Amino acid sequence: MDLTTLIFGRLTLESFPIHEPILVATFAIVVLGGGAVLGAITYYKMWGYLWREWFTSIDHKKIGVMYVVLALIMLLRGFADALMMRLQQAMASGGGEGYLNAHHYDQIFTAHGVIMIFFVAMPLVTGLINLVVPLQIGARDVAFPFLNNFSFWMTTAGAILVMISLFVGEFAQTGWLAYPPLSGADYSPGVGVDYYIWALQIAGIGTLLSGINLVVTIVKMRAPGMTLMKMPIFVWTALCTNILITAIFPVLTATLALLTLDRYAGTNFFTNDLGGNPMMYVNLIWIWGHPEVYVLILPAFGIFSEVVATYSGKRLFGYTSMVYATLVITILSWLVWLHHFFTMGAGASVNSFFGITTMIISIPTGAKLFNWLFTMYRGRIRFDTPMLWTIGFMITFTIGGMTGVLLAVPPADFVLHNSLFLIAHFHNVIIGGVLFGLFAGIVYWFPKAFGFKLDEWWGKVSFWCWLIGFYLAFMPLYVLGLMGVTRRISQFEDTSLHWYFVVAGIGALFILAGILAFIIQLYVSFKNREALRDTTGDPWNGRTLEWSTSSPPPAYNFAFTPVVHELDAWWDMKRRGYQRPVSGFAPIHMPRNTGTGVILGGLSVALGFGLIWHMWLLAGVVFVAMIAVTIWHTFDYDRDFHIPADTVTVAEDARTQLLAARGV
Amino acid sequence: MLLAFRSYSLIPTDQQTLYGRPHVAGGKSTLVVCLTLLALPLLGGCDMVVMQPSGDIAVQQRDLIIISTVLMLLIIVPVMALTLWFAWKYRESNKDADYAPDWDHSARLEIVIWSAPLVIIMILGAITWISTHKLDPYRPLDRIDAARAIPQGTKPLTVEVVALDWKWMFIYPEYGIATINELAAPVDVPITFKITSSSMMNSFYIPALAGQVYAMTGMQTKLHAVINHEGVYEGFSANYSGLGFSHMRFAFHGLSSDKFAAWVEKARTTGTQLGRAEFLEIEKPSQKEPVRLFNSVDPQLYEAILNMCVAPGKMCMSEMMHIDMKGGGGRESHANRQRLEYDTRREGQPPAAGHEEGETHSDKTDTPEGSKETEPPAGPPAGHHHH
Repeated sequence: MDLTTLIFGRLTLESFPIHEPILVATFAIVVLGGGAVLGAITYYKMWGYLWREWFTSIDHKKIGVMYVVLALIMLLRGFADALMMRLQQAMASGGGEGYLNAHHYDQIFTAHGVIMIFFVAMPLVTGLINLVVPLQIGARDVAFPFLNNFSFWMTTAGAILVMISLFVGEFAQTGWLAYPPLSGADYSPGVGVDYYIWALQIAGIGTLLSGINLVVTIVKMRAPGMTLMKMPIFVWTALCTNILITAIFPVLTATLALLTLDRYAGTNFFTNDLGGNPMMYVNLIWIWGHPEVYVLILPAFGIFSEVVATYSGKRLFGYTSMVYATLVITILSWLVWLHHFFTMGAGASVNSFFGITTMIISIPTGAKLFNWLFTMYRGRIRFDTPMLWTIGFMITFTIGGMTGVLLAVPPADFVLHNSLFLIAHFHNVIIGGVLFGLFAGIVYWFPKAFGFKLDEWWGKVSFWCWLIGFYLAFMPLYVLGLMGVTRRISQFEDTSLHWYFVVAGIGALFILAGILAFIIQLYVSFKNREALRDTTGDPWNGRTLEWSTSSPPPAYNFAFTPVVHELDAWWDMKRRGYQRPVSGFAPIHMPRNTGTGVILGGLSVALGFGLIWHMWLLAGVVFVAMIAVTIWHTFDYDRDFHIPADTVTVAEDARTQLLAARGV
Repeated sequence: MLLAFRSYSLIPTDQQTLYGRPHVAGGKSTLVVCLTLLALPLLGGCDMVVMQPSGDIAVQQRDLIIISTVLMLLIIVPVMALTLWFAWKYRESNKDADYAPDWDHSARLEIVIWSAPLVIIMILGAITWISTHKLDPYRPLDRIDAARAIPQGTKPLTVEVVALDWKWMFIYPEYGIATINELAAPVDVPITFKITSSSMMNSFYIPALAGQVYAMTGMQTKLHAVINHEGVYEGFSANYSGLGFSHMRFAFHGLSSDKFAAWVEKARTTGTQLGRAEFLEIEKPSQKEPVRLFNSVDPQLYEAILNMCVAPGKMCMSEMMHIDMKGGGGRESHANRQRLEYDTRREGQPPAAGHEEGETHSDKTDTPEGSKETEPPAGPPAGHHHH
């Protein structure tokens, strides 16, 4: 092995796609935009602030916010991919070839799926859970604060690798689950699949550790009196989601590790020849992949439950059955994976079994819908933006659920599998369910995180654009599926499809308007933050403990750990005339910030890059460095401190005065 | 769908009017109809092949879609209506509406909430169990359509389907002919498809005829179907398989028995020969392949494709499985390794490079028992598909 290969591996000047005008233009925009942001941070001398207050922070609230920021940035990338696909299909179905060749188009739909699931939906879910759950259970932080910071940076490292693939080399052209044999070394010899593998493996470590962290937090750190059946429903769904994460992400890691061995070490787990079996990969990846769907939707269900109770001014109907429905879904989510490939040729009894288990999930899900419905019944409903998202969800998700059960009937699936009907179905539940829920959550908890509410008008513009955009973009896809149009096609011979794709493209533009309205909403709200300021800590007349502290909460969340007597603890406290203690504060024991997470995340990017490009020297050196940093961190005993009682008193007195000024 | 077919189609132009159903041109007005009536998949206006198929299996699958949808609408429609009604009625500004902030439980309601979906799913589950068995693609047909049983003495047509990168090969073992990217079958005659692939996982799908089944390398899947109306229908791969996937399409012709005989005759008179050497050429990745006909086919070709041993010097998988069944070849079987390597075609090296070495090992004296590469394979690799 000569020195150049040892250092650069398979990276050459040709690896940079300078002949792709679209990518060069994108690169220019990223360089200019990124340069402007970095320049502004330098100009305003923000680096020290960002490093001290955010990057190295082990405060669960700040980490939660950083997860959400990461997700929103990646949403822009993933949505740009979606727009490009819509444009290509609209152009190509009108006759002609469109503007993207298959090599580029295939990367785009792969990247779109990977980014939207792993780097948008997942960080949004983890971010909101991080932000809210410790507050809802009356805790001061998560169980393992440093691990939380480390998890975030590992997720970010994965996202960075996906972004690098845009400008150095290529991304996978395999579809978002990278089925072999297509993803094997013989049929995808380039770096695309390796970017896919290492991005997911590195981010997956973060996801798994965060899952463990949050399970332990919920199990061990609830305020006194908060028994399991007194936990807010969002905490329940967060618990189930994180149990699922902890159980399934090792499956993904193992599956991708086997694929890695096939690609790097010449093993034959999933090859066509020498005893390999691609069907095994498909089974394994969906044993992870199906519960993953519930990892995303369960917290959204939790958010809707909180929102619908708060804005109806009423207790959640059927709390107990809601909890059991969540648990039943958690368990059943393990028993349905085969419905993703009824068409593989399993026997009728196997297919029926998995079809029926899938349908059974709709029973607890239906029960949940009825519970939300009867929470609204005899309520006093305020139509703030989170409630609009909730009602939009209840209508939209019902349609998605129906088409999902339809797809669970194997003989019906034989004609709809892999069609645009399927694409419409899962966007119907992921946008109409997961994304609507997360947006509801963002608007609902924004004042808690930042101390001021989001602008209502722009929020409503965003909601209506998303809702209309969703229907315009995906209802034509249902029809196209029934017309026998399959997914992942970039070239069409049948021009009668053209208008359906045009309408779908217009829908995507509406969604673009929805995203822009959201960005404007952030800007307008920041500008008017004094007018939108929440001085009470409880802007929505909330029910759960996060509304009992200030907005934003102090680093220690609660000066005194709350004691819980009832479900909807804060509602109960308010009703019983709870008096906030104004004296007698004690020093509070807190974890100290550390830069180790950032350093390990950065090294992970370098390690991944080295492994992807076969730069063995880089990979080896970085790996040793990671081990060294990890060991060094274990000897760092300066990892906690006490917030002095005086400081706590000052913060709490300020809040006392604020509340007094409002006459509360 | 009319526009989809290429000018080199074998079917004379006058027969192109024989579509399964009239083609509706002018997408825009159709679109409005489709979008308006979306909730009812029964609509006939737009060209929804899945809802208006021409083969009995697809018709039954369509019926199942309708029945399931109607069953679910029984619960979906009330939920959606109640959502909007409650949202309106219990709005904050409506002070006339009841307000019961602490009302959160009703045993009677909860029973309804859980049992209504349960009942629907029990019915749907029963339908699923029965229809999945009845419409199992491996199950031979027992009828031509809803009104007609299969006449006694009907001999089904066998078609061996091979998914290639990125085109389809159809072999008619009973007629000794084969095609690329064109499939034909007589109407009202049961068809047995045996399906495999040469490298990628694809999905064999003709929406007008029947549901899809995956095509996988080294494995055989099956599909039984029948076409009831003459016409030209679209077929394609419904599972993404790489660069040329978009163009992996073919025309399926449902023909009267006379026209089918003429079609076979045409293949016999105008086609060329398809042997292993020709197959290895055709198998190389290519896109937008024109229709091709073959007048004679190596009778062992399909089994060799299935067993991944078309190339000279390769050991058939069936043979390896036979060796394994006998307890394995032991250490000396290491010599077989190269003869069993298959996924090596895109490394930039032409297939010959690897094979020559393989052939030096195929000398009778140092290969394990039963490895005569010219011997026809013993049959489909049992146990490797459809457990």
